[in-house]
Amino acid sequence: MAEYLFLFMAALVIASAFWVVFSPNLIHSAVSLLFTLFGTAGLYVFLYADFIAGTQIVIYVGGILVLIIFGVMLTSKIDSPSIASSSANQFIGGMGAFAIFVMQVAVIFNTPWNIGSEQYRDATVGAIGKLLLTNYLLPFEIISILLLAALMGAALLSRRN
Amino acid sequence: MDSLLSYLIIAAMLFSMGIYGVVTRKNAIAILMGIELILNSANINFIAFNRFGGMQNLDGHVFSMFVIVLAAAEAAVALAIVINLFKNVGSVNVDDADLLKG
Repeated sequence: MAEYLFLFMAALVIASAFWVVFSPNLIHSAVSLLFTLFGTAGLYVFLYADFIAGTQIVIYVGGILVLIIFGVMLTSKIDSPSIASSSANQFIGGMGAFAIFVMQVAVIFNTPWNIGSEQYRDATVGAIGKLLLTNYLLPFEIISILLLAALMGAALLSRRN
Repeated sequence: MDSLLSYLIIAAMLFSMGIYGVVTRKNAIAILMGIELILNSANINFIAFNRFGGMQNLDGHVFSMFVIVLAAAEAAVALAIVINLFKNVGSVNVDDADLLKG
């Protein structure tokens, strides 16, 4: 049962990511990205990362995807029937992307990964919170400042003046 | 089936499709979607290595949370820039943004 669910999630991620980059309609790309992000959250659940899966759904699906759809709506003509997104250099780009994929697969299969013992985790929230406030306190503060500055800068940039 | 290699292969496919989207798309927002795919593939790798690498702690989870926060900041700033581009140039086609060309 779990194996079929894993295969379903993997197929969902790959197929919808495929449609994100190949769809001629930008709105279809955005909706397809929704399924990619949900499938990725499902993969996180398989990897015992419950907090990251929740964060993925809340921030990516609830925040970034809505922002992207707003961007699509704000920057295209409303009266055009389909919001087309043309592509260029498909052959060279496809060859380059395929070459990168082949290189990654070669590295993946030729590296002797140090696979440790199987570990089962219950809840990760407490441990992540402890790490954030001990080992990763400085990066945590820096990224908080960065997020604040980026959001204020975005609001300032997109203000009508 | 549920092993490290399958997660790495999935992440590699996501990464190359994101590269393809970034390279071939002309619409700036579609390029942004390709970047999101690339960031997601990196996140899958972080968490897969954290589970299968025999680590006791959760460093990979913290790193992937940082990546998600950076993706949120990046999306907000990039969309503000795209909206300004649309205001100034009249389209979001990145080929039209050649105002600096002499």
